Amino acid sequence: MSTKYSNRTFMGYRRDNGRAGVRNHVLILPVDDISNAAVEAVGNNIKGTLAVPHAYGRLQFGEDLDLHFRTMIGTGSNPNVAACIVIGIEPGWTKIITDGIAKTGKPVQGFSIEQNGDLKTIMDASRKAKEFVHYASELQKEEISISELWVSTKCGESDTTTGLGSCPTVGNMFDKLLPEGIYGCFGETSEITGAEHICKKRAVNEEVGEKWYKMWQAYQNEVIEQFKTDDLSDSQPTKGNIEGGLSTIEEKALGNLEKIGRTSKYIDILEPAEIPDSRKGLYFMDSSSAAAECVTLMAAGGYVVHTFPTGQGNVVGNPIVPVIKITANPRTVRTMSEHVDVDVSGILKREMTIDEAGDNLIDMIVRTASGRNTAAEALGHREFSMTKLYRSA
Amino acid sequence: MTSIPHLLVHEHNDNVGVVVIEGLKSGTKMLCCVTSDNSTFELEAKADVPIGHKIALDDLKEGDTATKYGEDIGKFISNVEKGGHVHVHNLKTKRW
Repeated sequence: MSTKYSNRTFMGYRRDNGRAGVRNHVLILPVDDISNAAVEAVGNNIKGTLAVPHAYGRLQFGEDLDLHFRTMIGTGSNPNVAACIVIGIEPGWTKIITDGIAKTGKPVQGFSIEQNGDLKTIMDASRKAKEFVHYASELQKEEISISELWVSTKCGESDTTTGLGSCPTVGNMFDKLLPEGIYGCFGETSEITGAEHICKKRAVNEEVGEKWYKMWQAYQNEVIEQFKTDDLSDSQPTKGNIEGGLSTIEEKALGNLEKIGRTSKYIDILEPAEIPDSRKGLYFMDSSSAAAECVTLMAAGGYVVHTFPTGQGNVVGNPIVPVIKITANPRTVRTMSEHVDVDVSGILKREMTIDEAGDNLIDMIVRTASGRNTAAEALGHREFSMTKLYRSA
Repeated sequence: MTSIPHLLVHEHNDNVGVVVIEGLKSGTKMLCCVTSDNSTFELEAKADVPIGHKIALDDLKEGDTATKYGEDIGKFISNVEKGGHVHVHNLKTKRW
């Protein structure tokens, strides 16, 4: 069935693996924390590259190490990345990540520092990065159907206006675009607490709902029960949430879930940073509710545009994925307008319907996918925060 | 709607609503709107309440359940008068 959204297109980059990208980064990726200096030096040497230093990657093991590799490989594999340099202290783990990214068919090369030193590594990696910049800068955009977009969502610094306006706006967008064939993703495992009975019912069938509930319960048992204080240590709701009028985790969770709209159902559960399989639809990713961590995990899962409702004004961005900020809070529009991409405060004044707000967001997604820089991009927000499951060895 | 509402309520069975304008003063006769069907009613605010914060739609007693989105969002830990400010000082989750 053709809808008014079926013919929408954006100008994007077609990658060798068939996926559609909306940005064209040459990424300089460290395997580990001690390679950050080399990575940043290459980023400074070669204009048009993007270094993404991070804090981890040494002496991790088991499930935590798997997540580290998945996040690194997923980030390099994201269709918003045209080509990637990988730098690690030693060649073994560097090769694991380089080989993982190479499966996409994109140009990628690894460098390791031991037996070379920082200076030779930086010189060799800079020469290759320069080649990659020439390659990436000649790639041409083409017209691509909106149905090929992968759109993720996570809200932050929520308040009561997110549940009234900005989250239902994202939900309305998903209700309209998921039937067109996009991939969607929501998550924030801890933040569904209080609405878990409703979230379980939003699965496509009982089996997936049970799988979701087991995942949520495991988080309760393994993390919350072990470390909680009586009020989750002022984390749920956060101080910002409380300032914005949210009183309980239940109230926050019910507002959060508005992001999946009225009709959308999730078809499966993703591990943190897991890339979904070939089935189009909405996924729940087991993920932190902290903004930068969550967006980083979803970007590693292959999502190319992120929609971010905020109430009190979370300013987060991501190095490789444009983060579109939506707010319904008129005070936030008044005091923090430079952070707002889509103003839906008209919903609170009853001058704008949720349907109109959803269409406004779809317009902004198309414009962003075609190249419009988001507020977070223009302001230089490139938060790249890895999720760590437990202490290193 | 001809004028801008002061308070929005998600569902008809909710007993709290959200202030959606800045600088609401005690004594204001608020225009309230139920978003599920855009029906309206009037209610007097009994406190200065910041934007985003909640107001009780009825006289509510300690131990009563707070309802928003038509769902249980916690319990009142003290009495609140109709039109009074509802927040962490008188509303708490039932979980912890």
